[in-house]
Amino acid sequence: MIHSLFIINVSGDVFMEKHWKSVISRSVCDYFFEEQKKISSPVDMPPVVATPHHYLITIFRNNLYFVATTTTEVAPLFVLEFLHRVVDIFEDYFGECNETIIKEHYVIIYELLDEMLDNGFPLATESNILKELIKPPNILRTIANTVTGKTNVSCTLPSGQLSNIPWRRSGVKYANNEAYFDVIEEVDAIIDKNGSTVFAEIQGYIDCCIKLSGMPDLTMTFVNPRLLDDLSLHPCIRFKRWENEKVLSFIPPDGNFRLISYHISSQSIVAIPIYLKHYISFREGKLDITVGPKQTMGRQVEEVSLEIPMPKSVANCNLTASQGRYTFDPVSKVLHWDVRKIDITKLPNIKGSISLGAGAGPVEANPTVTVHFVINQMAVSGLKVSRLDMYGEKYRPFKGVKYITKAGKYQFRL
Amino acid sequence: METRSVNDGLDYSGDAAAGSFFSSDYKRHDDLKQMLDSNRDNLKLEAMKRIIGMVAKGRDASELFPAVVKNVVSKNAEVKKLVYVYLVRYAEEQQDCALLSISTFQRALKDPNQLIRASALRVLSSIRVPMIVPIVMLAIRDASADMSPYVRKTAAHAIPKLYSLDPDQKEELVMVLDKLLSDRTTLVVGSAVMAFDEVCPERIDLIHKNYKKLCALLMDVDEWGQVMILNMLTRYARTQFVNPDLGDLTIDGEERPFYDDEEHENGDDGEEKDEKGSSEDDNEDGQKKKKLAGKKKGKEEEPSKHKAEMDPDHRLLLKNARPLLQSRNSAVVMAVVQLYYHVAPRPEVNIVVKALIRLLRSHTEVQAVVLSSIAAMSTSRQSLFEPYMKSFFVRSSDPTQIKLLKLEILTNIANETNIPLREFQTYISSQDKLFVAATITSIGRCASNIKQVAESCLNGLVSLLSHRDPAVVGGAVVVAKTLLQTQRSGSKPVIVQLAKMVDRVTVPPARAAILWLLGEYCERLPHLPPDVLRKMAKTFSDEEDIVKLQIINLAAKLQVTNPGQTTLLCQYILNLAKYDQSYDIRDRARFIRHLLFPENPETSKLSKYARKILLSSKPAPILQSKFKDRDFQVGSLSHFLNTRATGYQDLPPYPEVAPDPSVRYVEPPPSTVNAHEPIDFGFDSTHGKKSKKKQSKKLSFYSESEESQKSEGTGSESSSSSGGSTNNSSGDSESGTEDSESDSAESNKTDKSEQTGNSDDENTNEVLPSGKLKKNAPTVSSGKSKSQQATDRKVVRYKKKPNKSDTEEEETNSSSSSSDATKGSSSSDSERSYKKKSKNKNNKATKHKDASNVDLLLDMSRDSKATVDELTPPGLMGSLSGEIMNLTLSPSPQFGGSGTSTFGQIQTASAMFIPTKKTELINKISSGGVQVSYRYTRSPHLFSPLMTSIEIIIENTGKVPLKNVRIGQTMLPNGMSINEFQPLDMLDAEMGATAILGINFNDTTQGAKMDMHWETETGARKQTVTFNPKIGELIRPVTMSESLFMAEQAKLRGMNEHEGKAFVNKTLVSTTTTTPRHSLLVHRVYETVNVLQVPSVEDHLVRFAGQSLSSQTLVLVTIHLPEKDGTALVEDEDIPVAARIVVNCDKIVIGSMLAQELKEALK
Repeated sequence: MIHSLFIINVSGDVFMEKHWKSVISRSVCDYFFEEQKKISSPVDMPPVVATPHHYLITIFRNNLYFVATTTTEVAPLFVLEFLHRVVDIFEDYFGECNETIIKEHYVIIYELLDEMLDNGFPLATESNILKELIKPPNILRTIANTVTGKTNVSCTLPSGQLSNIPWRRSGVKYANNEAYFDVIEEVDAIIDKNGSTVFAEIQGYIDCCIKLSGMPDLTMTFVNPRLLDDLSLHPCIRFKRWENEKVLSFIPPDGNFRLISYHISSQSIVAIPIYLKHYISFREGKLDITVGPKQTMGRQVEEVSLEIPMPKSVANCNLTASQGRYTFDPVSKVLHWDVRKIDITKLPNIKGSISLGAGAGPVEANPTVTVHFVINQMAVSGLKVSRLDMYGEKYRPFKGVKYITKAGKYQFRL
Repeated sequence: METRSVNDGLDYSGDAAAGSFFSSDYKRHDDLKQMLDSNRDNLKLEAMKRIIGMVAKGRDASELFPAVVKNVVSKNAEVKKLVYVYLVRYAEEQQDCALLSISTFQRALKDPNQLIRASALRVLSSIRVPMIVPIVMLAIRDASADMSPYVRKTAAHAIPKLYSLDPDQKEELVMVLDKLLSDRTTLVVGSAVMAFDEVCPERIDLIHKNYKKLCALLMDVDEWGQVMILNMLTRYARTQFVNPDLGDLTIDGEERPFYDDEEHENGDDGEEKDEKGSSEDDNEDGQKKKKLAGKKKGKEEEPSKHKAEMDPDHRLLLKNARPLLQSRNSAVVMAVVQLYYHVAPRPEVNIVVKALIRLLRSHTEVQAVVLSSIAAMSTSRQSLFEPYMKSFFVRSSDPTQIKLLKLEILTNIANETNIPLREFQTYISSQDKLFVAATITSIGRCASNIKQVAESCLNGLVSLLSHRDPAVVGGAVVVAKTLLQTQRSGSKPVIVQLAKMVDRVTVPPARAAILWLLGEYCERLPHLPPDVLRKMAKTFSDEEDIVKLQIINLAAKLQVTNPGQTTLLCQYILNLAKYDQSYDIRDRARFIRHLLFPENPETSKLSKYARKILLSSKPAPILQSKFKDRDFQVGSLSHFLNTRATGYQDLPPYPEVAPDPSVRYVEPPPSTVNAHEPIDFGFDSTHGKKSKKKQSKKLSFYSESEESQKSEGTGSESSSSSGGSTNNSSGDSESGTEDSESDSAESNKTDKSEQTGNSDDENTNEVLPSGKLKKNAPTVSSGKSKSQQATDRKVVRYKKKPNKSDTEEEETNSSSSSSDATKGSSSSDSERSYKKKSKNKNNKATKHKDASNVDLLLDMSRDSKATVDELTPPGLMGSLSGEIMNLTLSPSPQFGGSGTSTFGQIQTASAMFIPTKKTELINKISSGGVQVSYRYTRSPHLFSPLMTSIEIIIENTGKVPLKNVRIGQTMLPNGMSINEFQPLDMLDAEMGATAILGINFNDTTQGAKMDMHWETETGARKQTVTFNPKIGELIRPVTMSESLFMAEQAKLRGMNEHEGKAFVNKTLVSTTTTTPRHSLLVHRVYETVNVLQVPSVEDHLVRFAGQSLSSQTLVLVTIHLPEKDGTALVEDEDIPVAARIVVNCDKIVIGSMLAQELKEALK
């Protein structure tokens, strides 16, 4: 199991280490650096690096490498998933997880790591439980701690560890009881030169923000649950009930969490919300792109932006955008066009000339455009929550469901 | 000095977090020591924080050890915690000092707070000092028997720690482990299996008796435990079960014959095994078979899909693991995938694919691992992933490692119908050179594997030869060469074109490839090669080694085939090579020279064969995935790295003959706990497990007085399952409760209204086990003291009001209430309770006034009976699976059958026997490949407890997928109702699915007729099916005491009594030392009727109780056996025993039918 954890920043500083079993010298990270030299981009870091005596299992998140070491056979996903969980918990505690934050809260980080793993085996990984053991920092408490000289370790010992609902802390109390659900769908698509869809699928999530007192028991039903044939569930959901009745029945954790994530595969038909009309020729040095909405059910397409990684030989772009602003980074060669809202009466367009660098050979291939957009009040799959009921508590909670469609990996091959 | 340091400390505490982290001033250690020695907690804390900062940074803080270790006794929880962290890190280096802290931990191990005990054990076992081994061993042994599951979990974690410290302790540790493995708390099990894996994975015998439990608990264990258990059980299954695919392995492995003889053979095998395992009595089994055959009158043949033939335990594992595919944790999903991949029958592996594809949206690292597993799986099982090909299309934004893996998979699953050549073409124009090169290789592989596209692939490659990028051209040449080699025909124009490119191609491997090709085909192209050789001779000295070698090769071959033109050239080249820097080249040149130009041609025997040697036909290279033949367990570290990792255990091959499956059948412990529990179980293992589970939960409820939150689950359980449990171990907590009752009495006296209101709550509080309530009843006579008790329980536990409209909610939430209450802020809780109380007052006024405890209890059961029709009890706890689900789902209200039971209770129970026999509904021959059968699950239906649950098994044995399988029009007799199953959107060929249908038969045996619809590509079909219920399935078991049984029976005499006589085979009633009394007879009854045995003191009477599903009429069965009056019976075995069957039931039809049915069954 996991022996040690090293946190390394992009410049190669091992700025935190934690050992659960016997201490492993940080020189083991040299193997990591060696491997790192071979790759061109940090995302290409192989997740597992074998060294003569150890195996380094790495994730790269928020520009930090989290390197776990193990000496024996272990399911790599087990460790990877755990590391991601660690980062999730840090983000949950501190809002974000970067080098400064980690250095600032090293005591809490250390205590968290100590609670999360015992002898290399995960112990408590539910944020609700951890928050009972170790209070997350907030400004008020920081001031109070300064005055009283306390840390964030809670003096009363928690009870949640032993309940049958390990994901919910006890004694939750709110003045306003609210439950918000965001149904977020991300469209992944590849659209080829001719505008036909090579591949499209939807990745959906229901993220919740639940602030309900006591032990509420929620039931969520859908108008069309049949859409959800491939999903992963938060452990709080009663699986049998879902399987038999297609009803999500659960006692929620307190706070923010992801209830389900689902996947509507490329085998079903997926609506394509945006199209691109384009002409690009490096020989003539011309570029002309128009963006338009398609299958949006009358909703407005917002926060549209395009990202075009230009070939290396492009020196500069001289364009005019009918709407929004564009930037071209001559170093990374990425053309970025921030369109914002699409006005249907006057479709946004960008055109102009591209100049190639002197002496550069002709460009072989056209780039791939990555598009971002957001459509509010619509779930592109047509998923709809029909009702949400609460049992077990007497108050009437405020309930809200929001639908958002976003671009996931939405690409046009020009 | 003292004051200064204090000030210092205060200053630091202000910006402690930011300021001190990177200070590298070693002189400060003196400060730290002083701070640690001071008697102010905040100074100590500050010092500890800074020290932890040093530890985190990886700086050496060991010299502070003596100063720190002193503070292990600190009262301050925060300081203590940080000291623990420090101790664990440095104890090994400072062993002597570390020993100072041991006594503190030993004391903490006895602390009343479980969390302190647990953390003491955690730290103690983490101190890697050999000297304390005996102490740790003792601590682990104590902790493994601790009543808190959390401490037991910690004990499980400590086992591998101690083992790594001192392997000699293994034997003793294994004993502790054995105990922990049989623990029934989900919290403990996962960790216990982890310890098992690290300490003694070879002791598979420890698993046998826990196997069924592990399968059942799988769903509720935490994610990390699930991974461990699944991995362990995969290995277990490989040693304990035979290969489910045995006998039908075709070469490809993809297609399975359907009406295969082998399959039948296989089936028989399976049955034989079952016989051996499940019963000692062949005769009995034979009868069972006959009976099965008899029942099957109209149907042509038994559906022999090998699903049914697998060991039921094997099936159980697969069935219980399947829901975990829905886990949010990729490691769990992967664990299920590898389980199915390695253990499930081949046709069933399909179901895991979807979940795997879903993981592809996860983080890059997860993707990489998942993809490499898919790549390996796709080499042997192409068809699995074929439908999902598009999911592997590469995006330009993917990291290179992901691109390469996706490409690998695309290549693996490509065949003549789906080859994504267009995609490949797009990839070639990518800017990622590594990826482009891989794409070219992939095209080559596709071309060589798929004959149909070879031509177009080759043409594509040739067109790439004019690509601008030399790397692309180089790659294309190499691949083209390999392709030409595999295609024996070899197209001449391509070779010519390649040869002409020799000037342009600069990439050494490509040049070498061209030269090799020319040499190989020099006989077919007489003119070109000598010319090329001439050019090469000119540039020889500038070429790379690999090219030089090929130049020598070409020269040699030409010398053989075309000596006239090339002899001089050849000699020139050999001369050049003679003085080359590389010894390889010099060696090659020397060899060739002696072969072709021997010094004395007459004596050289070898040179005669030069032509044969140089121009022999070479075997074509096989292009295959580098993921082929990875024999490691999918998803393991070794598999990912493709090298054996330390500690990797090979998956054992399936045994030829399955080991004795009976080792997994567990005899449940004798029921000392629950008087209403039937004495006679243990024949059916499924039930044994359930009842045991029930008991253990109850046990923990009563014994763990300190963690009342535990009652959250167990309380509801006991309320649903058993009313009057008089528990021995409840004594402690009971007395504790009473103590505090008297304490709180004073404080509560003042508020009269509160008390009276409260009495209601107390009485209807489902969370309180009713048994306990009853016990309290005599002592607690007024509402006043009841409220005291309630307050003692921190009041919030109750949530229910005896309000009719709320009953439904009450049902659903009995679980959700309590756990927050106990430790939380009791002030706010009581405030809330106060509000409720005032509400309750109104209630109380209108309803049962001044009712006594017992009466109220009965009232409630009447209430719930009245509303029972709308009841939809959902799961009480999180995500209980399988059989446990049945348990918790059993409707919690007490169906007081005849209403006025004053001295006992009738409580529904779970079925003792689950029939596995399937009845055919639609035959695959008549329906064109759709085989539908059903069986009774004997579990309460979720929609309504009045319904009989019927599990429908739909198998698609055809070649085309089915769509939209559903129930259409129903034709039900009056009074019957149905809850349809969720339509199946899609059922792929060779797949099976199950669905649960609920039918309220309204206590009649009339058939329920309905249409079943499904669609295939060719069109929609429907078929009318009829469910003819067996009377025995319209009954659900209830528990009752013998006295109650007699009383009820007395009311049902006369018309309501039905009698039958049957001659029972002697073996059925014989009593041996190993089996409980009449167990075979009882089992036979269970098979026929869903009832429960009533414990009886009379030896010759066997009693069973049940109630009809719809009307909840009591059904009482008594079997009178002749009293033992001598040895006569024992001697002549063959003479059957006359048994009198008596059925008492208010509904005459049910009674008479049942009597008839039982008569048949016992014959």
